[in-house]
Amino acid sequence: MTAAFIFVVSVVIFLQFFVFYCRSLIAVSSKQPLSPEVQEVTGIQRVPSGEDFNRVMQLLHLCPERPEDRKGIQAIGAYFRLLSFVSSTFAQLVPSMKAWMESERGHCTYFAAIALERRISFSRDMLAQQMDS
Amino acid sequence: MPGLLDYSIWVLCTLFEAGVVICAARRGVFRRYLALNLYMLASILVSIIRLKILLAYGFGSAEYMYCYYYSDLLLTIGLYCALMTLYVHVFEDLGAEQYVRLGAVLLLLGTAGFSFAIVQQFSTKILSHFVVEVSQNLYFVGLVLTYVLWGAILKLRETRTRLIQLVLALGLYFSLFAASYALRNLYPGSRGVWDYVTPLSGCILPLAWGYAFWQVPEEARTVPAHLVAVPR
Repeated sequence: MTAAFIFVVSVVIFLQFFVFYCRSLIAVSSKQPLSPEVQEVTGIQRVPSGEDFNRVMQLLHLCPERPEDRKGIQAIGAYFRLLSFVSSTFAQLVPSMKAWMESERGHCTYFAAIALERRISFSRDMLAQQMDS
Repeated sequence: MPGLLDYSIWVLCTLFEAGVVICAARRGVFRRYLALNLYMLASILVSIIRLKILLAYGFGSAEYMYCYYYSDLLLTIGLYCALMTLYVHVFEDLGAEQYVRLGAVLLLLGTAGFSFAIVQQFSTKILSHFVVEVSQNLYFVGLVLTYVLWGAILKLRETRTRLIQLVLALGLYFSLFAASYALRNLYPGSRGVWDYVTPLSGCILPLAWGYAFWQVPEEARTVPAHLVAVPR
C-alpha cells in the first residue's frame, strides 16, 4: 500500500517537474531573437506553430550536432510528444486547454528553431576554422 | 552478470558526471556549487570502486552487494546534502542558513530512526536491510524536500534560471528513483525494461546539471511563476 502510494505520488511529481523543467528550457530560448535567415529557412514568420515542429527538427538533424544542446533538444522533443498526446486526447474536452497546448507546442518549435540557428553558426565556425587551417 | 548495455549505460553515466564537473570548472562556478560538484566527484569515485569490486569478486558476490548498497547510501546522503546547499542558495537573503542545516540534520536522523523502526519489526538481518531502507526512504524524503524547495522558489520569486534548472533537475531525478524503488517493492521479482530505466534515469541528473552549468549563464533570469502558469 505504501509503495503504491509512493509510486503514484512520485509519478505525478515527476510529470510536474518534467513540464516545469522543459518550460524553463523554453523560457531561456524564447528571449533570443530568431535571425531573418532562419525565419526564412523554417518558414516561421511571427508566431511559431506546433505544426512546424517536425519540419524544424528534420532541418536540425541535417546540421552537424553540437554535444551541448543534445540533451535540451531531446527533453523538448519528449515534451512536445507529451503535449501532442494530451492535445489529441484530454484537451479535446476543454477548448481553453487545447489553445494553451497549441501555444506551448509553438514554443517548442521556437526552441527547435533557436537550436537550429546555433547549429548553423556552429557549422559556419567549423568551416571557417577548417579554411583557416 | 551485467551485459554490454548495462556497462555502456554505466560508463556513459560516469562520463556525464565527469562532464558536470568540467562544465562547472570551465564556467567558473565549481566553488559556488561546491556540494553538487563534490557529489559528482564522489559518484565517479564510487563507480570506479564498484567496478573494481565487480571485476574482483563477481556480480553475485556478497562483497559487491555490500559495496553497492553501502556506497548507494553514502551517495544518497551526499545528494541530500547537495539539496540542502540549494536550500541555502534560495534562502541566502533571509539568513536562514543555520536553520536549514539544523532542519536537515534532524530530518536525516528522523528518516534513519523511522527506517530502523521498520527494519526492526520485519527483518532479522538488521544492518544490511537498514542500509537499503534508509536509502529508499531518503529518496522519497529528498523528493518531498525538492518539491518544498520548488514551492519556496515560487513563493520567494527566485529568478536565477540556473538555480531553478538545478532544482527542477533534482526533482526529476528524485521522483524517478522514488517511483522506481516503489515499483520494485510492488513487484519484487519482475525484470525487464525497468532494469534499464533505473540506471538510465541516473544519467538525467548529470545531463541536466551539465546543461545548466554550460548553457545557462549565471546572470540569466526567469520568472518561475511563468513556468507554472496555465491559462484557464
